Amino acid sequence: MLGIIRQRAASKVSHASSLEQGIRTLRAFSSSAKQMTVRDALNSALDEEMSADPKVFVMGEEVGEYQGAYKITKGLLDKYGPERVIDTPITEAGFAGIGVGAAYYGLRPVIEFMTFNFSMQAIDHIINSAAKSNYMSAGQISVPIVFRGPNGAAAGVGAQHSQCYAAWYASCPGLKVLAPYSSEDARGLLKAAIRDPDPVVFLENELLYGESFPVSAEVLDSSFCLPIGKAKIEREGKDVTITAFSKMVGYALQAAEILAKEGISAEVINLRSIRPLDRSTINTSVRKTNRLVTLEEGFPQHGVGAEICATVVEDSFEYLDAPVERISGADVPMPYAANLERMAVPQVEDIVRAAKRACYRSS
Amino acid sequence: MACSATPKIVHGPLPTNSLRSAEKSDSSCKFMGPSSFFGSKSLNKKLFSVNKAVSSVGHRSAAVVAVSSDVVKEKKLKSSSSLSNLLITREEGLVLYEDMILGRAFEDMCAQMYYRGKMFGFVHLYNGQEAVSTGFIKLLKKEDCVVSTYRDHVHALSKGVPARQVMSELFGKTTGCCRGQGGSMHMFSKEHNVLGGFAFIGEGIPVATGAAFTSKYKREVFKEDCDEVTLAFFGDGTCNNGQFFECLNMAALWKLPIVFVVENNLWAIGMSHLRSTSDPEIWKKGPAFGMPGVHVDGMDVLKVREVAKEAVGRARRGEGPTLVECETYRFRGHSLADPDELRDPAEKAHYATRDPIAALKKYILENNLASEADLKAIEKKIDEELEEAVEFAEESPVPARSQLLENVFADPKGFGIGPDGRYRCEDPKFTEGTAQV
Repeated sequence: MLGIIRQRAASKVSHASSLEQGIRTLRAFSSSAKQMTVRDALNSALDEEMSADPKVFVMGEEVGEYQGAYKITKGLLDKYGPERVIDTPITEAGFAGIGVGAAYYGLRPVIEFMTFNFSMQAIDHIINSAAKSNYMSAGQISVPIVFRGPNGAAAGVGAQHSQCYAAWYASCPGLKVLAPYSSEDARGLLKAAIRDPDPVVFLENELLYGESFPVSAEVLDSSFCLPIGKAKIEREGKDVTITAFSKMVGYALQAAEILAKEGISAEVINLRSIRPLDRSTINTSVRKTNRLVTLEEGFPQHGVGAEICATVVEDSFEYLDAPVERISGADVPMPYAANLERMAVPQVEDIVRAAKRACYRSS
Repeated sequence: MACSATPKIVHGPLPTNSLRSAEKSDSSCKFMGPSSFFGSKSLNKKLFSVNKAVSSVGHRSAAVVAVSSDVVKEKKLKSSSSLSNLLITREEGLVLYEDMILGRAFEDMCAQMYYRGKMFGFVHLYNGQEAVSTGFIKLLKKEDCVVSTYRDHVHALSKGVPARQVMSELFGKTTGCCRGQGGSMHMFSKEHNVLGGFAFIGEGIPVATGAAFTSKYKREVFKEDCDEVTLAFFGDGTCNNGQFFECLNMAALWKLPIVFVVENNLWAIGMSHLRSTSDPEIWKKGPAFGMPGVHVDGMDVLKVREVAKEAVGRARRGEGPTLVECETYRFRGHSLADPDELRDPAEKAHYATRDPIAALKKYILENNLASEADLKAIEKKIDEELEEAVEFAEESPVPARSQLLENVFADPKGFGIGPDGRYRCEDPKFTEGTAQV
């Protein structure tokens, strides 16, 4: 496989970070999958892309000397210097715009928002100067930029720090919106996003940063990339389809385990890419199982689930045996109290209940 | 009017002589009184540069930047003497004249076409402000970059985009510079490095700062010999917007090769600059961020050009950004839909007497740089060019229906699929970079 050849060639001349060297050594000794946190996955992806292409640079608040607000950009300042890892003042509109201007001129910026809630200060640049420019200039000016950062609810951070922006950005033509779940997703999608010639909004999740996932040798290879616009079937099933993205994939998998004990075989789809949405995978799955539960963390109205429901009704109406169940966060700004917060975000029990309703087995 | 430790605001006009001597001493700082600001006849030729106070910030040294207008004034007074005293040569004069005539005639033609129904939507005309565009943009190279607002037709023309392409774009035809997809407010040209054309005020400023950032990045990371400069044009209303201040800060902080050009025409749509701004002297906002702030008479193309030379030169040498406030005026309304009732006719009449084209014509004729016939020939040539541009635009086809879905993404097939039909990321050549991984 090409990946392995490249790895062998690279290892002779590599002055890679200690992380990569550690991976290579481990790979030599272990035949089974290694564990990697999402944080390390993102860090290694950024590291490799910056190493391969000098046009890639990282810009954001606290990405340099503080090693990243969530330590995603740890070690990059030492490795690449302050010209390529740039600490900015607290000016989202300003530095997002600067990133877009640099992208117009051929560089490949990776703009970090401390959380996507702060991207609202810069949303004019994400939508109006990044997403729309290729169209407005009739193809003359493309914007190979990546806007990344944590999205969605964390733990107890209150209403202004907890909103999920997947639906907002995914409704805009000209943007690509990605939401990884596992380390494999994180690595592959971030690399694909950085190499992509279009603006990409990369929605991570703060609570997933510390979670470990098994990664195969192929994932650790420096040329590993995932295609944009293709969903992954995390778990095959035949009774009900559950679509999810980001942290909710984990919850869906847990719910699927519980459902399996009750005799319901759930198919879990990890969307990975919100725009473009992998409508064919979703529809194929619904045509197989005939029931659909859409799962997301964000607000219900005009959300990702609404779009999936519409697309399934348009394309696979005759195949549906039950109405589509839509699970989303509560239609309120995120409360602070822990018990209220738990009620405002979908939990595994909610998913199980909804799947049972879809299967007409609710008690 | 030198000051020592703390800057003092001087109210009232400064006489020209003391200005010149004061300018020579680096440690002095001088401020212009407010009375000379709004185009009063006797004082409208003043031009000042402002140093950041050296004593208050230890390590940051101030740079005296702009050529003061007394140099210009002196040359004007001695206009009857030899050619070497003049600010422009004959060729430069004709180039400037032609560019301004092109801008004016184009905008007039736009108005005609709009009222005849060939153009639609928002059209913002630049009549009266040509001196700023011509004065700055004619000093640039092709690789230098211009970022503008919705009042961008003339910036695109000055930078070199052919008139016929701009006219077709306005007509919404497929031969326009953006194939009809951008429109009046979104003039992009990769070839001529016109990065738009932004409808939101202040939106272009961070983008321009990013383009300047790229010049610096190319120098520092790619180690190229890059001295490309970016000009950001925007209006007085924009100077109250947050993005403006954010970019002044970052441009000065990182010493980016950019010139912020404020086209202060005193009016947002119907909102006078004086009614909306706590301190109407925009040039003062530059030193607050550590860059020189310059005020220049934007109705005089020669003065603008002198200031521009200094500012662009500063940026090219790597000394950082400059904020240039050009006091100018738009003869027409904010857009063609604006009835323009709020502006005082006396004010309009006053500025009409300061028409930049008339002023340049007078200068050229008085200094015998060209004859009346030469100038008439230029005007005729521009008229013909515009007639041809309108014809071209009229005869061009409208965009094909298939063009609706094109160019949403740079990816030709979208979604990470390369031209050979396979996913881009699977292509082995895709990861070939210049560094070893």
